[in-house]
Amino acid sequence: MTATRKLELVCPAGALPSLKAAVDNGADWVYFGLRDDTNARNFAGLNFDSRSAREGIRYAHDRDVKTVLAINTFPQAGAWERWERAIDAAADLGVDAVILADPGLMRYAARKYPDLGLQLSVQGSATNHEAINLYRDHFGVRRAVLPRVLSIRQVEQVIRNTDVEIEVFGFGSLCVMVEGRCALSSFATGQSPNTFGACSPASAVRWEPRGDRMDVRLNGILIDRYAADENAGYPTLCKGRFDVGGETYYAIEEPSSLNALELLPQLAAMGVAAIKIEGRQRSPAYVADVTRIWRAAIDECSANAPRFSARPQWKAGLTRLTEGQQVTLGAYNRKWK
Amino acid sequence: MKLSLGPVLYYWTREALLGFYANLPHSRLATIYLGEVVCGRRNAMRPADWLGLARDLAKTGVQVVLSTQVLIESDLDLRAVRQIAENGEFLVEANDMGAVRMLAGRTRFVAGPHLNVYNPTTLAWLAELGACRWVMPVELGRDALALLQRDRPAAVQTEVFAYGRLPLAFSARCFTARHYNLSKDDCQYRCLEHPDGLPLATREGQPFLALNGLQTQSAQVYDLSGALAQMRELGVDVVRLSAQSAQMNGIIEAYHRALEGELSGPELEAVLASHRPADYCDGYWYGKPGIEHLAASP
Repeated sequence: MTATRKLELVCPAGALPSLKAAVDNGADWVYFGLRDDTNARNFAGLNFDSRSAREGIRYAHDRDVKTVLAINTFPQAGAWERWERAIDAAADLGVDAVILADPGLMRYAARKYPDLGLQLSVQGSATNHEAINLYRDHFGVRRAVLPRVLSIRQVEQVIRNTDVEIEVFGFGSLCVMVEGRCALSSFATGQSPNTFGACSPASAVRWEPRGDRMDVRLNGILIDRYAADENAGYPTLCKGRFDVGGETYYAIEEPSSLNALELLPQLAAMGVAAIKIEGRQRSPAYVADVTRIWRAAIDECSANAPRFSARPQWKAGLTRLTEGQQVTLGAYNRKWK
Repeated sequence: MKLSLGPVLYYWTREALLGFYANLPHSRLATIYLGEVVCGRRNAMRPADWLGLARDLAKTGVQVVLSTQVLIESDLDLRAVRQIAENGEFLVEANDMGAVRMLAGRTRFVAGPHLNVYNPTTLAWLAELGACRWVMPVELGRDALALLQRDRPAAVQTEVFAYGRLPLAFSARCFTARHYNLSKDDCQYRCLEHPDGLPLATREGQPFLALNGLQTQSAQVYDLSGALAQMRELGVDVVRLSAQSAQMNGIIEAYHRALEGELSGPELEAVLASHRPADYCDGYWYGKPGIEHLAASP
């Protein structure tokens, strides 16, 4: 553990304009995916083909920003070649690293491209140092992204027991389930993050105006029902209102966003290597704003951690980006659990 | 094909749990998985109690396997996993890669349903590390299984989760405590009141999920009794049944008779329906949304 290491900022790019926005506004790394089910944001109209990937990587590298290709779904039996090709493409494109979840794919990458940096995706569900060190020992994983389930003390325990760099989520949509261990989406729709690279896929969504209310369904299953004065949100199925024991409420999680900005000095002090911003499905303007704010915060924290406090204008800027949703520290704050 | 009983996923009182295991039709089961896999706070059974139960059950001739917790959050959780991994007496089902690291190269183990084995390359890797059996992820179906079976390493057995509410998701948050407006650290063990989970329905009353502490399950009972012949054809070795608080022996007996060829079709379905605590689903097996039931043709 080296507390003096420079804390890096890892930003999302769903398309070339977002990648440029991240680079221009101070990202240390940008992460992106290819246009298929090899990545966990397999949404229509999103992601990169080889031409845009090449251009994006050149743009980043010319400005000393590193690139990582997310190939973070599980290769499905019978379609293995598609994931192999994604690894081959990563090596050919010259990204600095790939971020993977599947051990079989890690083995392929480690054997064929020993110089390609390997990172462990949050989809790999590694919440403890033994799991992380297994991937290090077998495949040479250099960095691991922690699922959004650990308290800040538990993050510290992990860091103390591994020399693998630890990356944590700082901002964006919040998965309340352990990433890589949630089949709710396939239960309802047939497609899940693990099998298809998407949760609550748009193709299964139906909006049904019913007089002055709006019903939102996922493959016919009612996820929520909004009154006229409520904002109807996207029906991510763990963020709907359901009936449990005669009460109707957000039984699993409110539609809230993670914002760990105020924890920055603690995260830096305990030796977190990088902060990840969620949001490859977001607009270039969103990526630009969130990157700029976090860049400023990290720089200020590095310069003077003991006196760091999140500036009101940063907080206001980030709150604006969450579109009125609640903001939470998630599992970092033990009480949330 | 043989029957196994998966780890009890719910929190039952010590008395209820020991009574359940004492009254099982042991001769019908080839394997019993034991241990708390959902929540480290559930402590009615101490590690020594589980070992004692394991020894008692082993005397009946059944193979006993100790299952490790799925979500490891703290050093305390890790210590509990290590204790199981190093028990030196019983086979271990690894439900997290941390457990795999403790077992790899030292002793054989079962690769549990939460290790995310979706392709033959990953299965081969686990076999090299010592896996002697793997349990298919619940969201995979017969087509994926056929492909995985084609390349299955020698001496690795295949087990399929075939009966019970589906373990669909894990969280750091306890949804049972949340229902009672309690924090997880002060949960008052309210999951004891819900020995088959706390049902969750949509706002128009469609049964959807069941809350079991940190775990989210299907409201429907997954039941692949109609697919046993297909499993046999695919070379499945072990059919896993997951426990429910009442009438489990009736389920075990029905599956046993089905495997023996004594019960099938509508007759089998009628018997199972009389013992199931909820409607059934089987969509995953047929490559469909898990919640669907496709009235499997025997």
